[in-house]
Amino acid sequence: MRLSGRFGRFGGAYVPEILVPALEQLEAAFLDAQDDPAFASELDGLLANYAGRPTPLTQCRNLPSNIFLKREDLLHGGAHKTNQVLGQGLLAKRMGKTRLIAETGAGQHGVATAIVGALLDFETVIYMGAEDVERQKLNVFRMELMGARLVPVESGGRTLKDAINEALRDWSASFEETHYLLGTAAGPHPFPTMVREFQRIIGKEARSQMIDQVGRLPDAVVACVGGGSNAIGLFADFIGEDVRLIGVEAAGKGLDGEEHGATLLRGTRGILHGAETYVLQDGDGQIADTWSVSAGLDYPAVGPEHAHLKDTGRADYVGVTDAQALDAFKALAESEGILCAFESAHALAHALKLAEREPDSAILVGLSGRGDKDVAQAQALLA
Amino acid sequence: MSRYAAMFERLNSEGAFGAFLMLGDPDLETSARLLDAVIEGGADMVEVGIPFSDPVADGPVIQAAAQRALKAGVRVGDCLDLIESLRARNSSVPIGILTYANIVAARPGFMSDAAEAGADSLLIADVPAFEAEPFAREMQQAGIEPVLIAAANTPDETLRSIASLSKAYTYCVSRVGITGTHAGGQFDAQLIDRLKDAGAASPVFGFGISKPEHVGAALATGAKGVICGSAIVDLVSRREDVRGFVQSLKAVTRNDSVAE
Repeated sequence: MRLSGRFGRFGGAYVPEILVPALEQLEAAFLDAQDDPAFASELDGLLANYAGRPTPLTQCRNLPSNIFLKREDLLHGGAHKTNQVLGQGLLAKRMGKTRLIAETGAGQHGVATAIVGALLDFETVIYMGAEDVERQKLNVFRMELMGARLVPVESGGRTLKDAINEALRDWSASFEETHYLLGTAAGPHPFPTMVREFQRIIGKEARSQMIDQVGRLPDAVVACVGGGSNAIGLFADFIGEDVRLIGVEAAGKGLDGEEHGATLLRGTRGILHGAETYVLQDGDGQIADTWSVSAGLDYPAVGPEHAHLKDTGRADYVGVTDAQALDAFKALAESEGILCAFESAHALAHALKLAEREPDSAILVGLSGRGDKDVAQAQALLA
Repeated sequence: MSRYAAMFERLNSEGAFGAFLMLGDPDLETSARLLDAVIEGGADMVEVGIPFSDPVADGPVIQAAAQRALKAGVRVGDCLDLIESLRARNSSVPIGILTYANIVAARPGFMSDAAEAGADSLLIADVPAFEAEPFAREMQQAGIEPVLIAAANTPDETLRSIASLSKAYTYCVSRVGITGTHAGGQFDAQLIDRLKDAGAASPVFGFGISKPEHVGAALATGAKGVICGSAIVDLVSRREDVRGFVQSLKAVTRNDSVAE
């Protein structure tokens, strides 16, 4: 490896020896591409003319007007995921791979991977927990429409973490022709660094849009954190500035119980899916089951850079419950005419609290995805 | 002399046969009996898994074994107790632990507890050579020997660091993939040669051993031994005769024509 892949003590690459050459090849391809203007121009072209960047920055009209929404919900595919699948898809081409595999929870990353698989002509296989396949039939069909093959995962709890396990197992046998298109800024090095760099565009655009529209940087930047890719992408260009960074975790049914996905708030240090980071686990190191109304935040580990930002105090992490997120989801729909993803509603819920406390602060919120996928669930929950 | 070194010396040109069992599978009592059964069947070394909820290096058979153990409520402390009681019954057989980084990281003093229980070596499936140094150092201090994996696709430079870190033996993987999913029978003689050049600890093939002929083919490469895992664990899941199976595979290692 050319980089350490560490964020303080966190990160690293804890994978079976057999996968190390695949990670080294990926790191080399990523670093070479970063120095290659042709790669940047192809990616920028796709981001602009295929995916629809830049995405708007919307100042709220009826909710507190000191809230500014970075509209990743308007990106092709319906969420920020598209930014980095295009980047990784082009890298996979550079490495001469012909097949993509990916894990997905609710299906957003699976859909994004299916998009890039169709666009760049890969054989595409998506691993999805059997439990999630049942819950997210519409997304399953969307993936299949775009030519991806879906593999339901029956092992373990049959959800996202089991899908990651299965994708890693596939990759152990297939890396010569296959790229594992990991969906978030977690996992072994180089994924956390690479995914952050491909998602950095979110914060970069938001920063210049804030300066254009408000004339200054925001006072606080708020984003939801599951694995943490949209948050790290939004934070990246503000880390060196005097700006508060706030990550919002899924407090699920409450932080006092077991049913949440608040890894940074309630987890302990451990090693899962290739990285040293915070993990929800029992005293023996067995990984805990998690819960959130939003499948995208329902994950027992977190990207290692967030673990570092937490331990150094550079970012604050807070929890928002299912109920609070649903209230924010409803408020945004009623007041602004925007249906956001349940994940993004967690960030908004905290921003609404903050806006009330600090009417003079400019608050930038990552609206990471649109809510179409959640409408059926919302109908059941809000009825 | 370590128990592994004594075993390789005793066996001389005969191949070592390692039997793998998941501790606590399907329950603690049966697991203790199975440990005895593989030794009675002729296993020269016993490799034991401590179950982890998310075993990414393992195929369906070993995953299911870990799940059975966890479902039966087996804790890490129970696994160490199983090792301790096996050690009390057998003072010479080398016992190696195979588990995952989070199990080791979650228990302060895991390595000294394992050494005290009587384990001789520790392989952490998701700690590759370039992350292994701090773990290996702690193992050496605790008095338990590190074992690292060398794969057919591992470059020479990494094999050299594996050679300096891996003590009891070198766990060799001939082909890509996870446990229990290989057709079996194909072993990379080049890997064995490259490990010898690097000065590595005794090479032992770990994936793809499910039939007597696989044992012969593996030893024909010059490897010092084999470990059979998924095939034994599969018998456990079907409650079939583990002892007789081990006997049939061990018999091949005594055949002079393949041993060198």
